[in-house]
Amino acid sequence: MSGTLENTVKEICRSHNNDRTRMMDVVRAVQERFGCVSSEAMNAIAAALRTHRVEVESVVSFYSFLSEKPKGKVVIRLCNDIIDRMHGADRVGQAFSDALGIEFGQTTPDGAISLEYTACIGLCDQAPAALINDVPVTDLHRSTARQIVADLKKHMDPRRLVHRLGDGNNAHELVHAMVVNNIRNEGPLIFSPVNRGEAISQALAMSPAEVIRAVKTARLRGRGGAGFPTGMKWEFTRAAAGKEKFVICNADEGEPGTFKDRVILTERPGRAFAGMTIAGYAIGAKKGIVYLRGEYAYLRPYLEHVLAQRRKDGLLGRNVAGKQGFDFDIVIQMGAGSYVCGEETALISSCEGLRGDPKTRPPFPAQKGYLDCPTVVNNVETFCCVTKILEKGPGAFNEHGSQGSAGTKLLSISGDCKLPGVYELPFGIKLSEVLKLAGAEDPIAVQVGGASGTMVAPNEFERTICFDDLATGGALMVFGPERNVLEVADYFLDFFIEESCGYCTPCRVGNVLLKERLERILAGHGEPADLDYLQDLGETIKTMSRCGLGQTAPNPVLTTLKNFRSAYEALVKQRDDGLQPAFDLSEAVADAEQIAGHRSARAD
Amino acid sequence: MSNTITFTIDGVEIEGKPGQTIMQAADEAGVYIPRLCAFKGLSPYGACRVCTVTVNGRPQAACTQPVAPGMVVENDTERLQHLRANIVEMMFVEGNHYCMFCEKSGNCELQAMAYRFGIAAPKYPYLFPQRDVDASHPDIFIDRNRCILCGRCIRASKDLDGKNVFQFVGRGKDKRIAINAEARLADTDIDVTDQAVSACPVGAILRKRVGYAVPIGERLYDHKPIGSDIEAARTAGGQQ
Repeated sequence: MSGTLENTVKEICRSHNNDRTRMMDVVRAVQERFGCVSSEAMNAIAAALRTHRVEVESVVSFYSFLSEKPKGKVVIRLCNDIIDRMHGADRVGQAFSDALGIEFGQTTPDGAISLEYTACIGLCDQAPAALINDVPVTDLHRSTARQIVADLKKHMDPRRLVHRLGDGNNAHELVHAMVVNNIRNEGPLIFSPVNRGEAISQALAMSPAEVIRAVKTARLRGRGGAGFPTGMKWEFTRAAAGKEKFVICNADEGEPGTFKDRVILTERPGRAFAGMTIAGYAIGAKKGIVYLRGEYAYLRPYLEHVLAQRRKDGLLGRNVAGKQGFDFDIVIQMGAGSYVCGEETALISSCEGLRGDPKTRPPFPAQKGYLDCPTVVNNVETFCCVTKILEKGPGAFNEHGSQGSAGTKLLSISGDCKLPGVYELPFGIKLSEVLKLAGAEDPIAVQVGGASGTMVAPNEFERTICFDDLATGGALMVFGPERNVLEVADYFLDFFIEESCGYCTPCRVGNVLLKERLERILAGHGEPADLDYLQDLGETIKTMSRCGLGQTAPNPVLTTLKNFRSAYEALVKQRDDGLQPAFDLSEAVADAEQIAGHRSARAD
Repeated sequence: MSNTITFTIDGVEIEGKPGQTIMQAADEAGVYIPRLCAFKGLSPYGACRVCTVTVNGRPQAACTQPVAPGMVVENDTERLQHLRANIVEMMFVEGNHYCMFCEKSGNCELQAMAYRFGIAAPKYPYLFPQRDVDASHPDIFIDRNRCILCGRCIRASKDLDGKNVFQFVGRGKDKRIAINAEARLADTDIDVTDQAVSACPVGAILRKRVGYAVPIGERLYDHKPIGSDIEAARTAGGQQ
């Protein structure tokens, strides 16, 4: 028995050239084959990859989709994101739990099915949703949950759970998903029809420096959330010393409420791949890597097919589009369930087969990125924007938007609105206009920018979507009158606590402390001084944290403190006797009274 | 002349060398920037965040930030000391630190840091995590209750001992030190003379049978606060 495991693991390692940097692919394959990466497997992997057992354990223990203990042959991962909960995920979860006879976090006694929660899987517009192994299931009800369990018990094949297919390429035989695109408006840029190969031809007719100049003239800024000027990033990387350079596409899309890259990868992956190719030409890279979040594994076969087609048509490989001396190809690197791997240096760490720990900066990826080589990391949508700039020129791009925020932005809108889905809108648009388009139903709050963003109150709905005002990587979550913004903030804290890599003290510890106090306040045991405590603690975490996750994790608390202060003030109280609100004298002396056999002498 | 990089810390001109970090230049100049995860001979790690300074207004870890000409660094400000003290308090509540019976007391960098910041008790609630002890090895024991996840043991084992005894496992608040064996420290190739053992700033990795050997009053931090050795360089005619 063990002989088989060891041999299988050895073979998996060998199929990846026993390359230590391929650790993610190795452990994912072992997890898929055996339902876990056991202690024995770790020893075998360490031997084959010439590393140490504890190094393998370090990687396996980091990612949510990997485990040392066996999971079921089928793993049901129900999304417990705030949007899903608003649409009834708790009831659906109860139905799964009852039908399987297990609690969340457990596996059925026969080892067949595991039931887990998972963070945002990018299906907020068709919530409640779940992943069943790699298969996304959407618009869940209690009845469908029960039916799913019954069907699985019969055939144990998640693919057979898909009874209706979604629109567009969701119906493609290689995708075969019930997911729908919900593209609510076809804007001028991203989902416009593609003239295949045109952007690349235009780029290759220029010099690399001219390509970078075009991107700079367009004033393109990164679409992942941080908004770094793309042309500048490419220029730094082009200028950096290094024999080998890399282009990485950040397709991790883990920010809760963001699902626009999912739709790009379904309907216009060619644009993203073309953008990567153009970047490769501009900076002098031969290799591109698409880091695809594990939750989007259902798209992988289709994406590999698109890449294969591009190779056949000379858009990838040697002498791309006939340009002598320009070779470029793209590989897909799968993630394994970790939000922090959307941070560019954590993403690079993951590509190198390590834990998704962000790296020390400086140096920045432009100087030393993947394998210490100069690397450009850009968002999926950013690469798509590049193709439009090369197709139609910088002017056609920056005629939309504003001076500081050129072009359009894909927004993924979900929550209490009639028309959740993906919208392409010009930068500078007012939040109130966006809410009207999405059919927002009497919103009392909007979270712009995902869990790491800002909770905006109605008195600020005239603010604009752009980098200098309400910045977002795309997520926009709408909350109606029945929602409690402080509970929403509490949920976002849960998320960051779960996803923190744990490297630095303020994020690892601070967010847990924030939650403790927020929950005390929510339970009605808070006092006015607690609001100052939250402010000081939140600022400490923001200022002292090592990466963007810690630097933004306190935002839900800090922005609600600022924009919804009355909600907090209504909950906290100052007792006349000066004691802590949670202190109950009777409860405190109850045990002692029982032991002593008489009541404490005090005024009742 | 062209080999020095001139910058300021709290308005005082400091001369650094190319390739130095702010912390290295400050140490040479006798300016103390508090730190816990930095360790002589190991490359900087940037985990504890206690050494945070502001560089041209932006917070950076002094241990990882390279010096640059004209850099304006703030170190000894009320705000920074407050933020650093908060970090130290977080470390105390994150683990189970019972100074009153800990063998490292008096020689502990975390404890000494708290004294330097004037922390008598943390304002944050204790989290009381469940953590374990590994006393399997004949000469060394690990008490994870006291671990501050500084990573010095990991780096020392790799870079100074040429071994790989330690590594982090888990994520976020469940992150902890693991060993290169199935379960027991005794099954690793660690030796009591390893630098990894003496690198621990707190009482998480300790040699057996030497507890309380140094009397109170003669311990490392009994007379002078942590950082005094660095500050001494200034008064002893170090660079001003």
